[in-house]
Amino acid sequence: MARTLKLRIWRGDDKTGGLQDVTVEANHGEVVLDIIHRVQATQMGDLAVRWNCKAGKCGSCSMEINGKPRLACMTQVASYPEDEVITITPLRAFPVIKDLVTDVSFNYKKAMEIPAVVMPEGMKPGEPRMQQVDVERSQEFRKCIECFLCQNTCHVIRDHEENKKSFSGPRFFIRIAELDMHPLDMLRNRKKTAQEEHGLGFCNITKCCTEVCPEHIKITDNAIIPMKERVADEKYDPVRWLGSKIRRREEVL
Amino acid sequence: MATGVFSQGRAKISERTLRTDKWWIQPLITFGVLFSFIIYATWRAFEGAHYYAEPLISPFYSPCLTTDCVNGSSLLGTPFGHIVLFGMALSPAFIILIFPLGFRMTCYYYRKAYFRSFWMSPPACAVAEPHAKYTGETKAPLIVNNGHRYFFYIGLVFNTLLTIDAFLAFKNPQGQWGHMSIGTVVLLLNATFLWGYSASCHSCRHAIGGRLRHFSKHPIRYKAWTIVTKLNTKHQNFAWVSLIWVAFSDFFVRMVSLHPTWNKYFF
Repeated sequence: MARTLKLRIWRGDDKTGGLQDVTVEANHGEVVLDIIHRVQATQMGDLAVRWNCKAGKCGSCSMEINGKPRLACMTQVASYPEDEVITITPLRAFPVIKDLVTDVSFNYKKAMEIPAVVMPEGMKPGEPRMQQVDVERSQEFRKCIECFLCQNTCHVIRDHEENKKSFSGPRFFIRIAELDMHPLDMLRNRKKTAQEEHGLGFCNITKCCTEVCPEHIKITDNAIIPMKERVADEKYDPVRWLGSKIRRREEVL
Repeated sequence: MATGVFSQGRAKISERTLRTDKWWIQPLITFGVLFSFIIYATWRAFEGAHYYAEPLISPFYSPCLTTDCVNGSSLLGTPFGHIVLFGMALSPAFIILIFPLGFRMTCYYYRKAYFRSFWMSPPACAVAEPHAKYTGETKAPLIVNNGHRYFFYIGLVFNTLLTIDAFLAFKNPQGQWGHMSIGTVVLLLNATFLWGYSASCHSCRHAIGGRLRHFSKHPIRYKAWTIVTKLNTKHQNFAWVSLIWVAFSDFFVRMVSLHPTWNKYFF
């Protein structure tokens, strides 16, 4: 064993709970999820933690480590000083179920509110062809592993529970952006719904979603801001709006 | 009723944040620099003097458009008379500063800067903000941020004028061409940084090609978009360097106005 770790792990449910002190041994190269598993195996047999791949690809082990939203499987123990107490809590934007497990169903409900791509009429499966340059933009967004760290850190819902009904969050803005940038998508009201139904206007570009994204997706620069600009084209730019009506440019863009 | 991280059903944790790093340093520095700039720019706008030292003009006063402008400082003439607002005489800077100020206030980078450091909404990621209610940019006055593109277009006009100012600085105080001084370099750098700030702007990126759905149908715009995209990753850097340099340019012109020997000529 390389070092002795002092942890504070939040334990409880949606009614009550608190931080509990734990001391545990840690090996070289271990990540926080390894340590949680050791605690689970040796000291807290009923500690609830959600995890799956241990490779930063399933997005299951999202939690807050020393107050920062992170994937436990991608957080090296060695990145913390020897004398630092590591505090581990569940995500603080969502209701807790037990210990480190939260109820993230808010996100699945929001996902269902976004219509899938609508292909041109008469186009059969296997027929669509896209150029690589057109695919690249949305490929970045397809890297999303749905860990919901961006949703968790977004202050619009983290700090204002009442906004959840009218704000979908950064994970779904990249989904909407991906579809709105899709060359073959025929649904033309995505900008309108992004603003009016999904609450794009709530975002004030503080970029926390981008900061915490484990896949390094440029959520703000490549999805949210481009969507805000597209919304501005239709809703806040009378010159652009008039031009689009006269020349019907939407078809050729 | 408790809201935010203290909402019913969420993990019962009494601290607003459990971050152990020095998360407050960045917003504090941002606040300090922006606040210093605001104080300096406000003082200089009210001062109404020492903004022209032939051939140098302060970027805070260019273009100088009122009859109060000192001789030789008005590149576009003086279409406006003496300005008085609520009984107070205003300097020529007040007519124009609203536009670059609007460009920066609605800028996607500065929004992050001032929302974090001034409004603490939030002060840092995963640090609970102090406000009980939040509507973002859905209502006045912040809905104005959606008009960033208009300030961007006006900013291009200002960039052009400030570039002309920089080229006029190749004159000597007697009005003869073919000379170059420290002031020339200062104004040239000012124009360069401002062009960099505009070219890397998110609205510019959108107008150049971001609004397209088919990059493959517009290869030239796509190429231009890739270039602006590269610049866009440095937008924050351009925002800071152009802000600091525009203040320094004004300071330098002021000092040359008071002490002409400060502006050493290379040739």
